[in-house]
Amino acid sequence: MSGRTALLSGNEATAIAMRQARPDVFAAFPITPSTEIPQYFSKFVADGETPAVFVPVESEHSSMSACIGAAASGARSFTATSANGLALMWEELYIAASLRLPVVMACVNRALSGPININNDHSDSMGARDSGWIQLYSENAQEAYDQFFIALKTAESVGLPAMTCQDGFITSHAVEPVELLEDGKAAGYCGTWKPGRTLLSGPVSMGPYDGAEFYMEHKRQQSDAVSQAFEAHARAVREYGALSGRLLDPVEEYRLDDAEYAFVLIGSSAGTGKDAVDRLRERGHRVGLLKIRLFRPFPAEAIARALSGRRAVAVMDKCDGFSGSGGPLAAEVAGALYGTPAAERPELRPFVYGLGGRDVWVEEFFGIYESLRNPWAADAGRVEYRGVREEAPV
Amino acid sequence: MANETRKFLPSWRTIDSAGTVAVPGSSEKFLTGDWRTERPVWKAEACRHCALCVPACPDSSIPFGADQRRGGFDLDHCKGCGVCAAVCPFGAISMIPEGGLK
Repeated sequence: MSGRTALLSGNEATAIAMRQARPDVFAAFPITPSTEIPQYFSKFVADGETPAVFVPVESEHSSMSACIGAAASGARSFTATSANGLALMWEELYIAASLRLPVVMACVNRALSGPININNDHSDSMGARDSGWIQLYSENAQEAYDQFFIALKTAESVGLPAMTCQDGFITSHAVEPVELLEDGKAAGYCGTWKPGRTLLSGPVSMGPYDGAEFYMEHKRQQSDAVSQAFEAHARAVREYGALSGRLLDPVEEYRLDDAEYAFVLIGSSAGTGKDAVDRLRERGHRVGLLKIRLFRPFPAEAIARALSGRRAVAVMDKCDGFSGSGGPLAAEVAGALYGTPAAERPELRPFVYGLGGRDVWVEEFFGIYESLRNPWAADAGRVEYRGVREEAPV
Repeated sequence: MANETRKFLPSWRTIDSAGTVAVPGSSEKFLTGDWRTERPVWKAEACRHCALCVPACPDSSIPFGADQRRGGFDLDHCKGCGVCAAVCPFGAISMIPEGGLK
């Protein structure tokens, strides 16, 4: 397949990126809305388009375990999952990270039960934000495709696993034009992984008991690798930009230059938000948008730079952190802004929206903007839900 | 952990990545004998060398020689679980309290 523009869903684009990145092992268990990714990939295997071994497993606990075992043997290993599947991987997420294995996963974001729901929000991957995985979030199929390569490159340079996240159905199933790399260029970018010690390199024990005398040194090492991931990610972004012409920085600023107000968010709603910003700008309002692509490690400095000096910012979470004061993005952005001088620090208002596939409209952004311009409603509490029914029909 | 011990241990910069142990057979160096609260005592005169206790030991702490006779306990690794005493048909192993409060 040569470099070309194709009409693809986010899932198919991701599966193509995975084939082009030339893994040795792909282990997965199907779960909506990520099922198509292993489905497409297994077709590549059946059609002889990749030499990778496809491992159909009986659960996500097993798919991540298979990836860990394969990566521990030096194999480039991929998987895909969503929501409850990600939850079933939980202990293995931490093990992959602490064993310093650069497994790469495509997470297709879906609400994590309950009540049971198969549609999009960020409650699944946000729960895994402290597991030691690098996390990249995509606005559309193109970014989902592009960021898979960047995730792989970053992961393998620092020895940490990475997950790329795209919004279930909205991005994963909607078909849009996606510009693909030529196979050879993609392979050149990805190179080959050069692991350190592996299960096949001699007699080793991986993952033995780590007592109080040693555990903290290993956590400190892991923390250091996470810090190095900033620079590794920046390098991966630069190289990918040179290759593709597309620059996927940790954050994207949209019409923020002279903005007094800003929306801060993650994922597909950024497209709707940009449209809202355009319309508000047409009416003379100084408003912009900040989209976060890299969530782990968290680009606090870039965010503080982009937001300081604004009057007020709405931080919009597609999941509730149940902290009583908003979702994880709001908490992290607040943390990022704490280091800025008080006079420069914008008022921060946490919003929760779009849970379980609830649509977000341009008009929703208008409402949030109105709220930002006015004093915080006394009855809003410390977090404001948007797009939720407040009144029963009469 | 005592400070004098700590200074001989590797720093986070030099310690093996992810705790991977790169030499074989290293578990023998991990002495687990001080985990014991009860110590097995072998009465050699009552022992018939039937070797029932040998595979029952989860810590491989009962040596059994080519001469088909067992030897004394490896107390550096025995955790004092007492399985050997329970499986012995001849009452050749008894468990006694290990040190501490009398």
